[in-house]
Amino acid sequence: MVELALPKNSQIKAGREFPAPKACKRPKTFKVYRWSPDDDKNPRVDTYTIDLDSCGPMVLDAIIYIKNNIDSTLTFRRSCREGICGSCAMNIDGTNTLACTKPIDDIAGPVKIYPLPHMEVVKDLVPNLNPIYAQYASVEPWLKTETPPPTRERLQSPEDRAKLDGLYECILCFCCSTSCPSYWWNSDRYLGPAVLLQAARWLHDSRDEAKGERLDNLEDPFRLYRCHTIMNCTNTCPKGLNPAKAIAEIKQMMAVRHG
Amino acid sequence: MTSATPVPKARPLSPHLQIYKPQITSVLSIFHRGTGIMLAAGMVVLVAWLAALAGGFDCYTAFVGYAQTWVGTAFLVALSFSFFYHLCAGVRHLLWDAGYFLELKQVYTTGRIVVLASVVMTALLWLKIYGVAL
Repeated sequence: MVELALPKNSQIKAGREFPAPKACKRPKTFKVYRWSPDDDKNPRVDTYTIDLDSCGPMVLDAIIYIKNNIDSTLTFRRSCREGICGSCAMNIDGTNTLACTKPIDDIAGPVKIYPLPHMEVVKDLVPNLNPIYAQYASVEPWLKTETPPPTRERLQSPEDRAKLDGLYECILCFCCSTSCPSYWWNSDRYLGPAVLLQAARWLHDSRDEAKGERLDNLEDPFRLYRCHTIMNCTNTCPKGLNPAKAIAEIKQMMAVRHG
Repeated sequence: MTSATPVPKARPLSPHLQIYKPQITSVLSIFHRGTGIMLAAGMVVLVAWLAALAGGFDCYTAFVGYAQTWVGTAFLVALSFSFFYHLCAGVRHLLWDAGYFLELKQVYTTGRIVVLASVVMTALLWLKIYGVAL
């Protein structure tokens, strides 16, 4: 349901301040959301000012710098640092993106960093992704066939393969789903843009033989049709994909099926 | 050594509306919702107008009197804008559902067209109501 305000235990309090080091040439301030399960306090926003001359160019470089040099308790996910693993998805400067591909210089003023929006927080910038992974599993993201397996690979023409472009590149960072107001209000029943883009990826696959069954699974006022074409998903995707378009195509498949 | 299992703590919900940057995508969408609500309220006024008409000369004159106060006029301007915005944005939604203009650049362009068109249509309507020759 729509709940515009944050619950009592989620309201953000003032945090600690870590001033700039001495002889700081290029100071930049980072305001970072913090919450720890180890005490009974509400979330807070801590302020760190660092010297950009001693740090790499990306927002991820800055938070790694903070963790290594200022506050080792800062917790976040990261892995590949080149935009292919999707681990460091977070809300930076008001929109969701990957910290590793977001240049600090793109942001005027203090850099505000929050976890992905409207998610349960495990600690600091780490959201609980289990429910969204369960939704991903519900679209059965694997090749389903009826025909007996051939003696070699199932072949696909270059044209059919091209239908998967713009879909297969998704890295499941969930920036899009957590930017979607519809998903905020109905994430218990609406699948959200990331999972629906994956559903589209299998619906468009010429080798897959379970199209009808897949559409049956999505034919639901909530699972698919809570998409109201708000387009925040497409606006925020760090890989430049278009989940809203993928969802519109699923809706069209439904319409064609009904004849 | 046995240690008691700690009672799981309620995890907070990360901030959403409070921190997400307003953008043409979400703002126009919430506007579509808002103007829809406005039109529903407008239906009540429309029914009141018809009721006043049925209620005879004095009743109707009183209604028109209220409608011509600045509050009444402001409401009617807002109502007519809501009508035109909801109409244009509705057409945009139909085109999306038919598979057109779903690229981000087109979303921005059509969004600007919808806002501009509804402002122009509202202005034309009210110039006409005030008898300005066009």
